Amino acid sequence: MSMQFWVVQAFNGLSYGALLFLLGSGLSLIFGVMRIVNLSHGSYFLLGGYVALSVIWTTGSWVLAIPVAALAIAFIGLLMERIFLRPLGFDPLRQVLLTVGFAFLFQQAALDIWSGNNFDITPPAALTRSVEAGGMYFPLYRAFMIATALVIGLGLWLAMEKTRIGAAVRATVDDAQMARGVGIDTSRISMFIFALGAFLAALGGVIGGGFLGVYPGLDFEILPLAFAVVIIGGMGSLGGAAIGALMVGLADNFGKALFPEVSYFTLYAPMALILAIKPTGLFGRE
Amino acid sequence: MATDATPNASSESALPALELKGLSKSFGGLHAVRGVTFKLMPGDRKAIIGPNGAGKTTLFNLITGIFPSSSGQVLLYGRDVTAWSSHRRTALGMARTFQVTHLFPKLTVLDNVLLAIKGLRPSKYVMWRFMSSYPDVYEKAHGLLERAQFMDRKDTEVRFLSHGEQRQLEIVLGLASDPKILLLDEPAAGLSSGESVEMSEFLQGLDPKLAILLIEHDMDVVFDVASNISVLHFGEMLESGPAEQIRQSAKVREIYLGTE
Amino acid sequence: MSERAMTSNQTKILAVLAALVAVAIVVPNTNSFLILLATRALAFSILVMSLDILLGYTGLASLGQAAYLGVGAYLTAILATKYQFGLGYDFWLVLLFGIMVGGALAAVFGLLAIRASGVYFLMITLALGQCVWGLAYRWNSLTGGDNGINLRQRPKFGAIDLSNEVAFFFLVFVIFCISLGLMYTLVRSPFGRSLAGIRERELRMKILGYNTWLHKYIAFIIAGAFGGLSGVLWAHTAGIVSPINIELTNSVDALLMAVLGGAGTLVGGVIGSFIVFGLREYLSTLVPWWQYVLGIIYVLTILFLPTGLMGIPERIRQRRARNGNAGKPKQLAPAATS
Repeated sequence: MSMQFWVVQAFNGLSYGALLFLLGSGLSLIFGVMRIVNLSHGSYFLLGGYVALSVIWTTGSWVLAIPVAALAIAFIGLLMERIFLRPLGFDPLRQVLLTVGFAFLFQQAALDIWSGNNFDITPPAALTRSVEAGGMYFPLYRAFMIATALVIGLGLWLAMEKTRIGAAVRATVDDAQMARGVGIDTSRISMFIFALGAFLAALGGVIGGGFLGVYPGLDFEILPLAFAVVIIGGMGSLGGAAIGALMVGLADNFGKALFPEVSYFTLYAPMALILAIKPTGLFGRE
Repeated sequence: MATDATPNASSESALPALELKGLSKSFGGLHAVRGVTFKLMPGDRKAIIGPNGAGKTTLFNLITGIFPSSSGQVLLYGRDVTAWSSHRRTALGMARTFQVTHLFPKLTVLDNVLLAIKGLRPSKYVMWRFMSSYPDVYEKAHGLLERAQFMDRKDTEVRFLSHGEQRQLEIVLGLASDPKILLLDEPAAGLSSGESVEMSEFLQGLDPKLAILLIEHDMDVVFDVASNISVLHFGEMLESGPAEQIRQSAKVREIYLGTE
Repeated sequence: MSERAMTSNQTKILAVLAALVAVAIVVPNTNSFLILLATRALAFSILVMSLDILLGYTGLASLGQAAYLGVGAYLTAILATKYQFGLGYDFWLVLLFGIMVGGALAAVFGLLAIRASGVYFLMITLALGQCVWGLAYRWNSLTGGDNGINLRQRPKFGAIDLSNEVAFFFLVFVIFCISLGLMYTLVRSPFGRSLAGIRERELRMKILGYNTWLHKYIAFIIAGAFGGLSGVLWAHTAGIVSPINIELTNSVDALLMAVLGGAGTLVGGVIGSFIVFGLREYLSTLVPWWQYVLGIIYVLTILFLPTGLMGIPERIRQRRARNGNAGKPKQLAPAATS
């Protein structure tokens, strides 16, 4: 296998990992703060793509579609958290099932509104070109994905480390009870984080729409990958999510290229092993 | 050092039912239990007292194998069980109750007792016969429930019982496996004074061959039930001796009784 | 009170038996669409009941139960299409193999999963289920990949051809009844009661002398074995086996059916299975918005009926008891201490 193969595959894996980071970081934060296994996270991703399509169809603006879609889905997430998840209290099973119930409702709604067709989100022409380097072609859109994930990741990291609300979030991840004890409003933190998670997932959905497409079933297709990211990286840890996303992105690409018959197995088996050996993930705290 | 004055035990058997040798446990930097050495002979009635946070419940958790110990040994009838899991220790004849009620809340009183009786019987693995086809187990459960005056409520789910009733049922569950050693973690916790008196009468009425180790804050229960008392303070065994000696001890008064 | 408990139990058993007899009489006399629907629901409900042993009785919520149905189904399909095995009397061997392969897979997965609890158990079973899905989806040479495997025929026992819907319905029905009987015996047995004890308070069970890890592990294997069995039946019911059968949504479906009917009741899962299959395959032919009904039923059940449909009579009884004699518990309390 040539050098070219490795470089191209690594680049592809990296860009896929960037997309997974957008999806996984929110899921990880939600789990860290609320201990909720959110099975409607894939729906946020898919709905983000659909809402962006509508915005593009009506206004023709891809740039506008990104914030509108992400904010709309963040609002849906916020409502879900406030109206339905909060009153349930801490009961992992009921929370999981409730998020599944919503995933089904979202699925049907998407089918009704946007039909069952496959769509692509076409980015501006400037991003659809490829750049040649060393005899290899690199699609600019994939580079854009990586850049977006870097900017978002950096922003999240700064927010977590440098702001008061970030400190409150970290305290809640560490020990929610203790955080409540020192006067942190964990209920508002939960609301904020749930909305942020939905925002990030929808953002991933819009950007992924130019790469994976937007189609019914994408929600449950992408969801297990998001869980792989979260579990490998460790729940509630941003850095963990970044490394998890990178590992899953690369493993997925190289797996499919090198041993296609067992490629998903090589992704999920390590995930199960990590869970069995260190349930808090590679980078999660005890 | 612990000087175990056990007049009634030495004649019966040379092997202590329970022996701790330099048992220690630390959580991170916190030394919850430090170098505890202790002996409980068959038929002994001993109590461990000490202020809150002295490490009493941690000590029980080490003895029953809920936590692994950091160093030291636990011996049951001379066998080193330090590395054993809880259920294997139980099989050697040890039972315990919990300070915070640990019953099966959504099962009936009778089911709670049936599970406790089955715990040490090989038939607990049987899956092709109904539980109700074991009349001997039911007979024994009825006997235990009658003795504790629970028969009229045997079909009530445990979560609907009063706190006092749940405390009593804790002890019934402890006795269901016919233990030779019984560890009682604050059996009178949260009971009214009348209920405490009943509790200590009930404990005094138990088989004299049963070795009892008691953790308790209610000193009336301690002096009624135990003939020998050890004082645990910041995880260390400070003083041990006959009940009367401990009652007189100035040091004990200072750290423990004085604070009551 | 004990007599009342006894009779209420007998009433329940009689009600279930009556329902089974009714199904056996009514279903074969309907049209082929309904017969197939009932057959599907029955085959799948074996999986749902197996999950209920974990969920309702042991307190372990698995998000990967479809994997066991998957291995049973793929085994059946591969043996039938590649080796022409299991299409005659040797079908009974396939049934046995299905049970064994489900149990064996659970024995491997259980080693990883059983140590975890709560949310972590959910996640690890999800990961393990996805491992099996990934193999089915990608291992083209064995599984046919995305397209799956078509079973072109059902077994024939001499003159009895299971391609006949009614004959096949009765086969599935009988195996379903046997499974229900076995699982009912299991949950009422000392071992089954020990699982309930673990669900309620695992620490106490350890102190009482139970090796709780082993009990959970055995329960996990038994659930996997019944999952494998349901897979064998599913393969011949659907006539096609594909990665869709192992997808996360299928595991989630099983979980929701169990909760909808009432976890910890076994038959609740069967009711849940019939309702969901009924809505999905019958209502979907009538109206396009059937999935809203399903989604709303799920959400409402979880919000307002945590004990599921089977819990409704109990809730009514409790409400009546509370309104009827509010003073009763107070009378009981002093009796305990006197």
